[in-house]
Amino acid sequence: MAFVNWFKRRMVVIAGLLTLAYLLLPNVVVTVFSFNKPNGRFNYEWQQFSTDAWKDPCGVAGLCGSLSLSLQIALWATLGATALGTAIAFALVRYRFRARGAINSLIFLPMAMPEVVMAASLLTLFLNMGAQLGFWTILIAHIMFCLSFVVTAVKARVMSMDPRLEQAAQDLYAGPFQTFLRVTLPIAAPGIAAGALLAFALSFDDFIITNFNAGSTVTFPMFVWGSAQRGTPVQINVIGTAMFVVAVLFVLASMVVGNRRNRRKA
Amino acid sequence: MTTNQTKNQTTKNQTAAKDGGGDVRLAGISKTYGSFTAVHPLDLTVPQGSFFALLGASGCGKTTTLRMIAGLEEPSGGTVHLGDQDVTALPPYKRPVNTVFQSYALFPHLDIYENVAFGLRRRGIKSVKKQVGEMLDLVQLGEQARKKPHQLSGGQQQRVAVARALINHPRVLLLDEPLGALDLKLRRQMQLELKRIQTEVGITFVHVTHDQEEAMTMADRVAVMNAGRVEQLGAPADLYENPRTTFVANFLGTSNLIEAEVDTRSGDDVVVKAAGDKLVLPGARCSAPAKAGGKVLVGVRPEKISLTHANDAGAIPEGRNRITGRISNTSFIGVSTQYVVDCAACPEFEVYAQNIDRDARLAPGAEVVLHWNPAHTFGLDAAQDIDAGVAEGEAA
Amino acid sequence: MSTLTEAPPPLTPTAPEQKPPRKRGRWTPYWLLLPGILWLVVFFAAPMIYQASTSVQTGSLEEGYKVTWHFATYWDALTEYWPQFLRSVAYAASATVLCLLLGYPLAYLIAFRAGRWRNLIMILVIAPFFTSFLIRTLAWKTILADGGPVVGVLNTLHVLDVTSWLGWTAGDRVLATPLAVVCGLTYNFLPFMILPLYTSLERIDGRLHEAAGDLYARPSTVFRKVTFPLSMPGVVSGTLLTFIPATGDYVNASLLGSADTGMIGNVIQSQFLRVLDYPTAAALSFILMAAILAMVTFYIRRSGTEDLV
Repeated sequence: MAFVNWFKRRMVVIAGLLTLAYLLLPNVVVTVFSFNKPNGRFNYEWQQFSTDAWKDPCGVAGLCGSLSLSLQIALWATLGATALGTAIAFALVRYRFRARGAINSLIFLPMAMPEVVMAASLLTLFLNMGAQLGFWTILIAHIMFCLSFVVTAVKARVMSMDPRLEQAAQDLYAGPFQTFLRVTLPIAAPGIAAGALLAFALSFDDFIITNFNAGSTVTFPMFVWGSAQRGTPVQINVIGTAMFVVAVLFVLASMVVGNRRNRRKA
Repeated sequence: MTTNQTKNQTTKNQTAAKDGGGDVRLAGISKTYGSFTAVHPLDLTVPQGSFFALLGASGCGKTTTLRMIAGLEEPSGGTVHLGDQDVTALPPYKRPVNTVFQSYALFPHLDIYENVAFGLRRRGIKSVKKQVGEMLDLVQLGEQARKKPHQLSGGQQQRVAVARALINHPRVLLLDEPLGALDLKLRRQMQLELKRIQTEVGITFVHVTHDQEEAMTMADRVAVMNAGRVEQLGAPADLYENPRTTFVANFLGTSNLIEAEVDTRSGDDVVVKAAGDKLVLPGARCSAPAKAGGKVLVGVRPEKISLTHANDAGAIPEGRNRITGRISNTSFIGVSTQYVVDCAACPEFEVYAQNIDRDARLAPGAEVVLHWNPAHTFGLDAAQDIDAGVAEGEAA
Repeated sequence: MSTLTEAPPPLTPTAPEQKPPRKRGRWTPYWLLLPGILWLVVFFAAPMIYQASTSVQTGSLEEGYKVTWHFATYWDALTEYWPQFLRSVAYAASATVLCLLLGYPLAYLIAFRAGRWRNLIMILVIAPFFTSFLIRTLAWKTILADGGPVVGVLNTLHVLDVTSWLGWTAGDRVLATPLAVVCGLTYNFLPFMILPLYTSLERIDGRLHEAAGDLYARPSTVFRKVTFPLSMPGVVSGTLLTFIPATGDYVNASLLGSADTGMIGNVIQSQFLRVLDYPTAAALSFILMAAILAMVTFYIRRSGTEDLV
């Protein structure tokens, strides 16, 4: 009976932790198999421990090239989408204008559209325009689908901002530009940063839209896709593991710094 | 109020005075949003160096008026003058006016020091250290300079907001419900503190509040606003003793209003009849036309009234206004006891009696005589809503 | 007295007299909107219209296509590919339900029970995003491999017998079966369920639970009558964020499924990139879009959260 009660009280916790395990299991597998030395072309079965792939992460033709291309595209797409999206978010929250409903739907629809539909229609456009598929078409597509997410993230932040803060700045002799620079931007910064981070992650990891509009250009997700047909090199796992570790360390470090800053100030 | 002005002036605002009169003058200023009129065309002069309160319930247009002085709201018509300067077209950052915002609007990403230095820096003043230090000392926050706003208590944040505005030596300081977010005790304390600061720096304060007690404690002059119009303007005691509309009578404190008919005029006095009782009031205090047979509303404040048990009615001196009734409710407040008396002329007559010698017979059900000095009676135009301002006064 | 279901009032009350400024900078909003909206019009809205016109064209790759209002393409596409359409909806719906069942306890755990572990768990939910989802999906090939530990356990417990009988798995294989595809879909879109759920759960005032308990509600009743209704916005946006991309997905079906588990995304992809039958591909993707918009609209209406959009 005591056990049943204990279990009942902790049912949610246990279920939640099981889900967390489900979410993390593939990452564990990816990490473990980055130390594998597979027989044959595919890295799906455990053979023996080896650090070969870690010693030579770029040892597979085209892998690191595709990685660097993906990083570049993600960077530019983030910059573009963040700039355009932030401007839209400010306009939506701060101003009154015509056609607000239509603009809101235009921003919502890309998020409610299956990627394959957007990918196919964009390809139709590019083909009809006779555009050369490659870096630029990928970048255009990425900015397009990241834009809405940036708008949503920034809008949430700007909406929760007290309009009196900007009025106070104006009241204290700050002109429109100074007000934006000294008050609006610093306060909206966390929202903009969140939007930018999301855009980066979405762009870097995008496969479906990229696959349609890349032509013969190969981004990192496309390289992984191709290798799933031809043979998966262990280096893919190495890079996957490294990205996971870097992301976790990055977040942990920023949390530690944030905590310390708060403690010093308090 | 111009007499106060010279007394309050210190070295700090003599520069402003040199520009030739630092009064705030609103001429025909109004504000409409679509079909809704927030402020009807309004003329108002705030004398330099005075502590001026705009008092009214929420939505009465007082904040809009304040924001038009600050430049945060564009008037739909009329002009705003500071002294001789027409500032109507100036954006807020070019007006020598500063605001203490409702719930303060302190910049959350800047520490206290930088919040206070903000205005000086924007005007291109490089060495701000001394001024900021002095200002923080004035509001007793020297120790907290490097804290962020969210680390301070409500009262401290309020003082930062005042310091941040005052450091710029504005011609006028605008305060938009500055004490609204504080609890009662702190509010009383800050009222005195703000009054002290105002006396010390001599700057004109325009204070927006819905709290009639706050307005009366702090301000030299009070403008009572209702539905986008100024109902009455004057010194607090004058407004309280001589309300000219039922709204002011009910919104500022409590008034007993009795519907009556003018009987005769005798000398300076007006004699009226209310449900058989004859009441006398000074003609000078009757804002309604007192023609015989005309209707008026006769008012008297609850604390002016004495309560005597009906058995002792003979002991009441001659020449006082009297009404008989029956006590329907009493509540003991400590310093006073509040009685509700059911009279023929007025179903819920309120009486506040100080607890000096309590008469045990004055319990619910007791027959009593209410009597007061006729000089304390005022008369209002009977064409108004008798209950105007009651709900607003209770909400405030 | 405001109802409890309303969002808590903002800490800083806004004066009712306050309105956004209007006259100054009347053109500013349009300048701010212009570049981004133009981008969406040219690269999102216009292609959609373009695609609609492609779907009623006939011709061939060599001779070029002409608009002939050939609506028969739609009929042909539907008659030929209706199994894939049905499969897409069925797989996506199963994955969405699984995501809700799996994601809710975790979101609840983070919002109410995690204490000082909250941030760490949040990181663990988000961090996998940064490892390419393709790599992580490939890992499921290892996890569900034939003769692997997962299949072994399921076999021993005779679970596979049941699922095979239901047609979810085939023999003693999990890989290349519907179960594997749904498992992959669930895994891939789970964070999109957890994050909105967490956001709406986190907004719930903990005192509401105490108040409900104080008013004689047992823990399960508190959940049914207070917590769950208040988390509805999260449930709705979570299910949409899971269902929509899952319906159009073809990665999981390709990597974890077989020829018999093809979804509509697979068809569109191969029509566009391999068969090069653009009108059919355009018609299919137009049908998919219309179907999803119809289902989403119906769903939002039913759940009474129109203000979500």
